[in-house]
This record gives sequence, structure tokens and C-alpha cells, in this order.
Amino acid sequence: MDVLVCIKRVPLVGGEILLTEDKMEIDDRRLGFGLSPHEECAVEAGVRLIEEFGGTVTVMTVGKAAAEEQLRDQLAIGPDRAILVETTSEFDPQGTAGALVEAIRSDGTNFDLIILGAESADTAGYQTGIRIAHALGRPVITNVKGIKVENGSIRCERQVGSDREVYEVPLPAVITVKDGVNIPRYPSVPGRIKARKKPVDKVIPTPPVARLEKTGLSVPPTKSTGAKILGHGPEAAIALVALLREIGIAK
Amino acid sequence: MSSLPTKAKVVVIGAGIVGNSVAYHLARLGWRDLVQLDKGPLPNPGGSTGHASNFIYPTDHSKEMTQITLESMRQYKEMGVFTECGGIEVARTSERMQELARRMSSAKAWGIEDVEIISPERCKELVPFLDETVILGGFYTPSVGVVDSVRGGTIMRERAIELGALQSFANTEVLGIDVEEGRVKRVRTDRGDIEAEYVVIACGCWSPRIASMAGASIPLTPAVHQMKDLGPVPHFANSKGDIEFPIVRDMDTNMYERQHGSGIEVGSYAHRAILYSPDDIPSNAAATLSPTEFPFTQEDFDLQDEHALELMPEIIGDEKIGQKYAINGILSLTPDGMPIVGETPEVKGLWSCAAVWIKEGPGTGKSLAEMMIHGESEIDMNTSDIARFHEHQKATFHIKARTAEGFNKTYGIVHPNEQWESNRQVRLSPYYEQEKALGAVFYETVGWERPFWYESNAPLLAKYGDAVMPRTSEWESRWWSPIINAEHLEMRQTAGLVDLTAFVIFDVKGPSALNVVQQVAVRQMDVAVGKVVYTPVLSHNGGFKSDLTIMRLAHDCFRVVTGGAHGMADKKWFSDHCPADGTAQIEDLTSNFTTLGIWGPKAREILQSVTADDLSNEAFPFGNCRIIEIGPLRVLASRISYVGDLGWELYVPMEQGAKLWEQIWNAGQPHGLIPVGIGVYGTTGRLEKSYRAFGAELETEYNVIETGMQTPKVKAQDFVGKASHLSQREATPVAILCSLTVEDHTSSTGEKRYMLGREPIMTLDGAPIVDAKGRRSYVTSAGSAPSLGKHILMAYLTPEHSVVGNKLIVEYLGDHYPVTVAGVGAAPLFDPKNERILS
Repeated sequence: MDVLVCIKRVPLVGGEILLTEDKMEIDDRRLGFGLSPHEECAVEAGVRLIEEFGGTVTVMTVGKAAAEEQLRDQLAIGPDRAILVETTSEFDPQGTAGALVEAIRSDGTNFDLIILGAESADTAGYQTGIRIAHALGRPVITNVKGIKVENGSIRCERQVGSDREVYEVPLPAVITVKDGVNIPRYPSVPGRIKARKKPVDKVIPTPPVARLEKTGLSVPPTKSTGAKILGHGPEAAIALVALLREIGIAK
Repeated sequence: MSSLPTKAKVVVIGAGIVGNSVAYHLARLGWRDLVQLDKGPLPNPGGSTGHASNFIYPTDHSKEMTQITLESMRQYKEMGVFTECGGIEVARTSERMQELARRMSSAKAWGIEDVEIISPERCKELVPFLDETVILGGFYTPSVGVVDSVRGGTIMRERAIELGALQSFANTEVLGIDVEEGRVKRVRTDRGDIEAEYVVIACGCWSPRIASMAGASIPLTPAVHQMKDLGPVPHFANSKGDIEFPIVRDMDTNMYERQHGSGIEVGSYAHRAILYSPDDIPSNAAATLSPTEFPFTQEDFDLQDEHALELMPEIIGDEKIGQKYAINGILSLTPDGMPIVGETPEVKGLWSCAAVWIKEGPGTGKSLAEMMIHGESEIDMNTSDIARFHEHQKATFHIKARTAEGFNKTYGIVHPNEQWESNRQVRLSPYYEQEKALGAVFYETVGWERPFWYESNAPLLAKYGDAVMPRTSEWESRWWSPIINAEHLEMRQTAGLVDLTAFVIFDVKGPSALNVVQQVAVRQMDVAVGKVVYTPVLSHNGGFKSDLTIMRLAHDCFRVVTGGAHGMADKKWFSDHCPADGTAQIEDLTSNFTTLGIWGPKAREILQSVTADDLSNEAFPFGNCRIIEIGPLRVLASRISYVGDLGWELYVPMEQGAKLWEQIWNAGQPHGLIPVGIGVYGTTGRLEKSYRAFGAELETEYNVIETGMQTPKVKAQDFVGKASHLSQREATPVAILCSLTVEDHTSSTGEKRYMLGREPIMTLDGAPIVDAKGRRSYVTSAGSAPSLGKHILMAYLTPEHSVVGNKLIVEYLGDHYPVTVAGVGAAPLFDPKNERILS
């Protein structure tokens, strides 16, 4: 089977998020970049399917030229090739989905399964997977925590509260996964070396008409994480018991 | 949390391995009322200590670095945070095998005996997962180990607290340092101000920023060292501790691989130099990992992945072993690769202990504490002295250029005379163009371009034939030319003109000037105006702090002339001894005056032909200086010599230098005057005369008696180190500086080889020579003595070996060569009665 995994390059922020002077972007000068944990799981899921059934995995992203770094990182754990839909500015979810669909169509591969993370780590729109499925006329299962492919269909589990929902749809399909669907492997050195030789095709998308306009960013006030000292020695016991009752652990 | 005190004796800024060590040793030596600040949390405040690879190889070609490292290892062991695992530096090339033999010589010279060169098969036995077919051998040091530097730092900090000496405050950021009348006054923080007598900056890669708050300079740069952790490694599945296999340094690829629990850490100094400024480092709050763990840049490591794979295919090539963690770790680099330690020349009471790595931390902290309390450290720290920097060396451009160039030499094969390529031509003498036209090959000293030899003298090679002692091996021919020896021989027959503009020159002036120079100099300085005095300068313990020349120009004015390399430290030493009332002042004249030396049997004839002043031996004897007129110039002429021939140093204002050159050059042509480079001045000329050099023979570890430089009487006046000097004179010296000649240069492969210095001297049966103070005998200086037709080595020997004619051996690149003691003490081998100089 042929699997496509779509990912997004995002800054890996620390505790305190700094913004640029115009408050339009995260100040990423001192930050590294990566993927959301969901997307790492998406790539791992794709690679595992191919290890089980044979076929190809392609990773694709819409982003600036620098996003090639994330494509190469993912190629190191097993995908066969990558496609960079290269932009000079950030697209809104509709634009992103449109650019991905355009690239999927022009690539010509009839992907049996398209996997995305449930949401990106930065803007968290939860939309791209659904929009792709809609545009391609395919079924979509979102927030997936378990995957099983058999007989031309895919059976997925979602977590709802403490219960599970199970969906089964025919392939080709689109799914969006949550972290926990698997434990992604670390890239090995041979994987990295191979990744350097794998093809990364670059395509330029038709610029979308932006429907969403970013007016600015603000950092929400952070909750104090300061530890509260309940007391010292035996005197702490009373306060501790009171706290355990308060949070429902003791009655 | 207790509140910050408003006063302290010492504020130590930084709670990494260095700050903790400084605080502990100050406390151990008896100081109290110490305060430690760090803007980060404890025990890992987020600096370089927190992500260090923490392994220690003891051997370095630098004696100072090795001594500091050995002392640090001793302390880590005493604290129980050292795990010995051994280490192998492997070679992939024959050049590297030679370098490993040289490293072994350095190890032995500095007293590390348990080392050996081992075969690829033996490497494989010790490290079963390396591919022995890609290496030619290894240099095995069983005493290599890893330390827990955060734990070690914590132990030291807690010990200082237990002694009641230290209060330590985490999460406290320094916002400013106030200086009043040239002395540090207080530290301002986000939790209040603290008045302090002393402030120590031990802030690693942040140090320049903290120093600049006080108007001082700590010339280092934060730089990236990449490393990654791979795992889990099946070979380590049954390992009990953090490390059981020796650490491998893959020297030719500038990399290392070490076990780290169940994983393997691969580190590199091979990638491009990635330099930052302290302001690029994020705050603790904004940092994704720690502030000094920058995002890993894989593209800089691509080649290193392949190199690691070549050496350890079983592990690195295993697709199941993943990269769990990778960082661009920030460490501190300096333009000359040495730490920055001591009181800042800009601000009294403000001390630096920076650019100190894990392997040096405890030892350097101890040395700094000794310097602060006793005025000097047990280990000679002169190459780490913060006072060494000249102004241009504090420029960001210089720091970045040299650290970028030096970074990839971290494991490099660096020749003892290797020259920097970057940031050259910063200081040019007035003769630079003339020298260039004569084919000068320029070497750099503290920014100055100095001719080392002149290609225009190449025709002399034919004249002197084999007397120039030609070399065939590439290593000793590198950064050398037989023309040096030809210049030497010609100078001994006619005369040579030497550019000495790189001297550091400063005046000590004022009503108290005599007291200052008397205090600093061993020799009597209350001499007649016009006298030139060459004098040792001692530490309080009577070791060599410096050696230099002082001219008395007036009753209240003394001109100090000293070498460029150590000149700034000398200036600070004199400055430190000037009285607070301002009755003696230091005036730096380095950039005001240029110096030309003319020496050789024809020197007087040449100089006399351009001056009406009487230069006869009677009128102008040795050891005197005065103004003479040469054409249109008034020149300060000083009759001394560092090359062993008759001659003068000529001082004129910088802008008149070209005119002086023209006058002397034209006058010299009929007499066969040649330009002579520093190759003669610094090596061949002085070695034949047994003249000592600071930093080679002269260091605080050795005293005047051991160098054979004592005078019959000691002056009545007090001077620094006098009490020690007097008792040293009473005692029998346990080592004596000797000159040795090499009797046979033939190596095991039949090639003639010539030692370059720092090699171990041993008895005929190969045993090391160790004196009663535990000091090893090694070659302090080596070089040709063309007039004697010999290669000369200087070395301190024990008294029983300090006998003319005594036969010993020197180990050089793995071979042993016979040597003979040719001179004991200061007795020159060439012209022993000094007739040339004194005639």
C-alpha cells in the first residue's frame, strides 16, 4: 500500500514563549524546530503499515524551505521520499489543505491512506485532515488512538472519555492520529545517512486566497508553577491529609 | 528563603563547577563571609557544567594544563565522583601515530607514566565494538575517567556552607557591578545589592557580559560543541555503572565515543565553528532545554555520523539503536585556547575564573583561591593569566577569528611553532615593507608581524653548506628553515639587524619610581642613570614571575623592556606595586617606540660610521644606555645582547623607525650587514649562550638558584620574594638547569631527527629523572647551535646528573637518543668568557 503522511514544522518552545517585536510571530531565533508529537506518531504509523504490508511511505509538508529539515528527520525513520510544498508565508488551514490536495493530485500517486496528526502543535486548527478528505471525497476518522488495516479497509479506535469508539472505513481514506497511537522510534545513524540520499521533491503551490487573517499573537498569562510547601516534619501531615481529601484521593 | 546579605568579603558569581570550586577553596583556605550567586536553579543552574560530557584525559602538550587537570582529577577522586574507565586516542593515519608518540612524550614529561602505544588488536580487545581495521593504533591511558561534575560542584558548595563560610543564592540574577576609584565596590542583583571587597566572575560563557558590567574584558566566546546520545546499545545491556569501556577519541575525525549507561555518546569538534555572543543565550525560562543546550543542527553532524559509523559499525550501524538526545552544547572558547584566570587588569578586586572546562574546574578554582589569598598559586598559571591580553586581543573580531580557527584543532596535530592564519597584520613595525621586500617569512607575536627568517639570505646556504644543519624530516622542517642557521653563522661573522618592535615597553616614573622597581626587581636598581639592568622578577615564593631589562633614564624614571608575549602581565605586576598615593606611575610606551637590534663583530664599525658619538668599549661599555645621534635622529642606544655578540638595541619613536632602518641598512652594506630574524634571536643565538627564556626555563616552579642565575650578593633593599630567595640560596638546589648536546640524531628508521622541546629526559636505563620536589626532567628549550655544530637541549637535572660529560637519553617521538651534559648552570657553551659581548 501507498501511504502519505502530512506534517508541519513548528518551533519547539520552552517554558516562556517570546514574541517578535510586532507580536505577529513567535521569536524563534533561539529555538529548535520539530513536529507535534501526534505527527511523529503519524509517521511511525505509516512506517509500521509498510513494514507489515509492503509499499511506500511519502512525507509531505507545506512550509518554508527550512522545513526540508523536518522532512529529512522523518525520512531517517523509514519513509521512502518526501515532498516539500514550498511557500514563503504561512497558510491558514484552508490554504494548507488546498496546497496539500493540489500536490497530492499533481503527484499522481493514489495514496491508500493519508495520515495526519490530529492538530498542529502551534496553531492547532484541527482542520487540515478533514478538509483534505472532503476535497478528495474520502472518508475520514479523526483523533485516532488505534489502527488496524485488513481486507481493504481500516479499523480505527478513538478514545471518548474512558470508553472507546471503533470505526471502520474502506480505503482509500484519511485519518488523523493522537499521540499514544504508538511509540515512535528514534532515528538511527544508518537511517540518517540513508535519509540524506532520499529524494525530496519541491513543488510550488498556487497561492490561496486567505480567508483567515492573523491580527497578532499574545502570550496567555502563565500559571504559577511554584511548589507549595505544606510544612516540615510531622506538622506537615495534617495539611497533607487535608490536601489529599481536597483533591479526592482520600475520603 | 533567607534574604541576601548587604555586605560580603567575596561575591562569587556562578554555581557551575568553577564557581563552586572557587567558593570551596576560598573557604578551605580560611576566608569567610562568602556569597555565591547564580541566576539559575541549583544544583544545575543551566550552564555548560550541566550538559558536559564529563570525561577527563590527563595529557596535554601544555604542562600547565596537564598539571591543572591532574590536580582536578585528584579532587574529583577525593570527592568520590570519579570513575576510572581508561581512554584510547586512536590514529587513522601515520601522521597521527607520530602525534600519539609525541603525546606519550608529553605524558611522560609531565609525570604520567602509565601510558602506552597499543596495536589495533589491543584496541579491539579493550573496546570490542570498534573496527580495528580502520585504525593504525592507539595511545592508551588507563587513568582516564568520567566525573559527575554537578555532584562534585554540589559537594564543594556544601562543604563551604558547612564551614560556615558561604551563603549560596540560586535564582538571583546579577544586574550590575559598581566600580569606585578603580576598585570593585558592589554587585547589584534583582534581589538587592551586596557590597564586596572581591568579586569573582565564574560565569562560563556568560562571563564577558558580567565583566563588561564593570568595564572589564573577559575575551571568550560561547561556541557549539555537538553531541548526541544513541541507545539502547545491546553491548551495554549488562553494564552496572555509567561506564565500563574505555572512552575512544577518534583523533583524526575530531570526535569521541563514550559509553553512557545503556547508551553511547558521540561528540564532535569537527563541525564548522558555530560561535555566539553571550546575549544570544536564552534565559532559563525561555530555554527549551537548558539555556546552554541549543537546538541540534543535524546538517553539521552529517559527516560525523559517517565517521562514527566507520569506527564503530556494530553499534552506530545498528538500525535499532536510535538517537535519543542531541544538542548543540555551548562551551567557552578563547582566542589562544587557554583559560582566563586572575584579577582583571581593568578593575582591582574583580577576578575572572572563566573558559575553564570540567577537566580543569577544581584545580583552577584552587589556584584562583590561592592567588587571591596568597598572591600566587602552587601551579604556575601564567599562560592562563587574564592579564596576558593585549588590547587588540580583546576585540570581538579577534576572539571570533581565532576561536573559529582553533576550534577544529581541538584534537588537531598542532606543531609547536604553528602560526595562526586569521587576523594577521594587525600590528606592523615601521620596517614591515622593507622586510617584506627582503623576503621576510613573518611569524606573529601578540599581533606583531615579525620576520622569522629572510629568504634574501638563501644564498648563504651554499656558503655554509652542512654547517646549517639541514633537516630531512617533514615535522622538524615545518615552520623552520635552514636559513635561520645560515643567518646565525653570518651574524657571528659580520652583523645582523633584528626587528624588535614587539617588545613591551613601559616607564615607571615619579618620586617613588625607584622604590617600585627595587620592590619588583631582584637586582640592585639604585644604579647610576644610564645603566641597563637585566633582572629576574620573583613571586613571593621566590619562583620566576618574569625576567626583563630595566634602563635607568633619570633619577625618577625607569624604562622597563620585556617580551611581547608576557609584557602585559609584567605591566600589571609593576602596576600592582605602585603606591596608592600616585607617586609612581606606569606609562605604556609600547606603541611609542620601535626597537632595532644590531649585533655581530662588525656592529660597532657599522654604527660608528653613522654617529659622531664615541662607541668604543671604553666610552660605551656593556650594560649602559644613552642617547646617540644617528643622522637626523636622536636614538636611545642600549648596549646589551640576547644573542651573544657585540651590539646595541636602538630605540626611536615609532614614526622615525623607517629613517633609522635606512641609516643603519645603508651604513651596513659595505660591512656585510644582513637582516636577521627571530629564529636566531629567540632560539639559536640564546641557546648557544645558555640564555634562559621566560615560559620555557623560567616559571614560578623554579627559582633563581636552580636556573644558575644568582649573583654573588643580594641587595640590601627589600624585594618581592627576598625571604624565599635568601633561604633558597642557603639550601642545596635539588635541580640545576643544564645545557645538553645530542650525540646521535639517528632514529630507529635511520633518519636524522631533531627535538623541538618538551621531551622527557631519562637515565641510560630509561628511568625518569625526578627531583626531590617531584619535578620531572624534560627539555625546556631545544634548537640548533650552529656555531657549535650541535643541537642543544636545556633541561633541569638533579644534582647527581648535573655533571659535565654525564650521559643521558631523551625520548623523542617514541625513539631514544643519547645526550651529554655540556654545561651546568648558566655557563655558556659558546664564547664562555663573553669576550664577544664585552669587547
